[in-house]
Amino acid sequence: MAKAPYRPPVQSQIGQIFDTLFLLALVLASLFAPVYLGLAGSGKTTVELSDTSWAGMKQNATMQAQWEKLGYTDGTEAKDGRQPASKLIATRFDYNFSFVELAASALVVVAYFFIVFYWSKKEYREVIDERFGNSE
Amino acid sequence: MTAETSPANGERISLLRVLGPGHVWALGVGIVLVGEYMGWNFAVGKGGAIAALIACWFAGLLYTCVAMIDSEVTSTVAAAGGQYAQAKHIVGPLMAFNVGLYLVFAYTMLEAANAITLGHLVQTVGAMAGFENTNDKPFIVLTIMFLAWLNYRGVYTTLTFSLVITAFAFISICVLFFAVQPWSDVYIQHDQMLTGLPYGWLGVLAALHFGMWFYLGIEGTTQAAEEVRSPARALPLGTMTGIITLLIAATMTWYICSGLMPWEYLGQSVTPLFDAARLTNSTLLMVLLFIGTIFSALASANCCINDASRAWFSMGRDHYLPQVFGAVHPKYRTPYRAIVFLVPVALVFAYFAPLDRVITFSILSGLLEYTFMAFSVILFRKKWPLGSIKRGYVHPFHPLPAVMLLVLCAATYFAVFLGYGTQLIAMMVFYIVASLWFALHRYKYVRRGEQFAMPWPKPVGY
Repeated sequence: MAKAPYRPPVQSQIGQIFDTLFLLALVLASLFAPVYLGLAGSGKTTVELSDTSWAGMKQNATMQAQWEKLGYTDGTEAKDGRQPASKLIATRFDYNFSFVELAASALVVVAYFFIVFYWSKKEYREVIDERFGNSE
Repeated sequence: MTAETSPANGERISLLRVLGPGHVWALGVGIVLVGEYMGWNFAVGKGGAIAALIACWFAGLLYTCVAMIDSEVTSTVAAAGGQYAQAKHIVGPLMAFNVGLYLVFAYTMLEAANAITLGHLVQTVGAMAGFENTNDKPFIVLTIMFLAWLNYRGVYTTLTFSLVITAFAFISICVLFFAVQPWSDVYIQHDQMLTGLPYGWLGVLAALHFGMWFYLGIEGTTQAAEEVRSPARALPLGTMTGIITLLIAATMTWYICSGLMPWEYLGQSVTPLFDAARLTNSTLLMVLLFIGTIFSALASANCCINDASRAWFSMGRDHYLPQVFGAVHPKYRTPYRAIVFLVPVALVFAYFAPLDRVITFSILSGLLEYTFMAFSVILFRKKWPLGSIKRGYVHPFHPLPAVMLLVLCAATYFAVFLGYGTQLIAMMVFYIVASLWFALHRYKYVRRGEQFAMPWPKPVGY
């Protein structure tokens, strides 16, 4: 026997405005705020360079020429309007990580998909029952 | 087929069917080509130039799996919203809501990244021309506002505009490639520039994060399914020619840039192709690549607004979001409220957030979408086995592409975790809270049976 169609309530204008504002607030709070406040971002570090000459920074003659064409100089201070390349060369990623952090991150992603698929399955059954009629 | 009731006048107004294969090509390539002009090179920063090339190949494999799976599902479920409509029919409403958000945020963050690039380039060229105080912020705001207005006015004008400027941006890369004489060592000196793997093989894995940027967004061609004159011909033709275009452009871009710049510079550059042109000492090439970068950023942002607003519109139409967003403009026939709503979201990220983090949000949303696609196609074959419904295309070796896609997605999650782990968690928090909001609050406004619109038999197991 076919199931009676579900009749959703009509959402008021105020309710729609509230939902819209909630979504905006969620984007700002969970995505923008962590980046803006520096809580989320790239794990770059600055390594200590003992020698900031081109050779000391492991830049050969060809590389040196290209750096200079791009407006950079060796050393740690700007010269003749050229910025020091050492700042860019010393910026590196730090790939050290703890396995606990990795496991926790993996768990969040796996749990998220598990819950979304599980909940969707329940909702999908309602959709199919209404579209095709409940065969039970 | 699809129609929409405009709350403004009560009439049913449909999206216009005006697009051809060229527009589909422009929609796919227009979004992604900017990935050659900026962003891909952060893969060099994460692992070195050779790691970026390996990441480009593996990301290519990931997108081959995506294309195989998407071709089968899209040829069977051709509706506006693309993967969102597929999720509704194959998995269920909550997954569809999430997929809709993946699409919206992948494209809106990419739009913001484009505006940042354009602003930075204007600032750089302004300083080179003697205008030291040139500020990038007004150009960022103008870009987003202008393109939103263009999208508000109409899809045909918008995508025709994209078609022209995307073609120009692609030709600019080709001109630069031949101008640097890749057959000689006059400009390109890989033997002097390539320095191996500075982070070892872990860096190769980490580079997979930004390696996706070479192709991310090509699947957006399916968003225009309801506005294409002949979907069966135009969608596959536009998508396939788009992927070929991107493969050629990616290869040329890596070859030029890695042979011209030290990896430490290339890995942090905002506009690598423009910088490559600077290194040739040719004013003509600099002007060409300046225009090419501006055009690619404009074309991409333009197509992103088009795709994100259509996904948002589709969710509003189904009441997954407030139904005000499901309205079509009575005169311009565009999802104007969805377009307007997403403007401040793009603006706030473009104005305040760094480029690599904005790009990472876009990549993460894409990555979640591809993970969904791998599970989705397995469910699709289980619920409607071959022969039970008419498919436009059947992808071979099932379930190998889905399994391979899952493995590559898992590797890319790890790649993002290396260096950007906190952003991964921030993004997951967003999707988890949004899912709870939908399941516990929003779903009560959704009509159940209407979520399944395809003329298919009842799925197996139900």
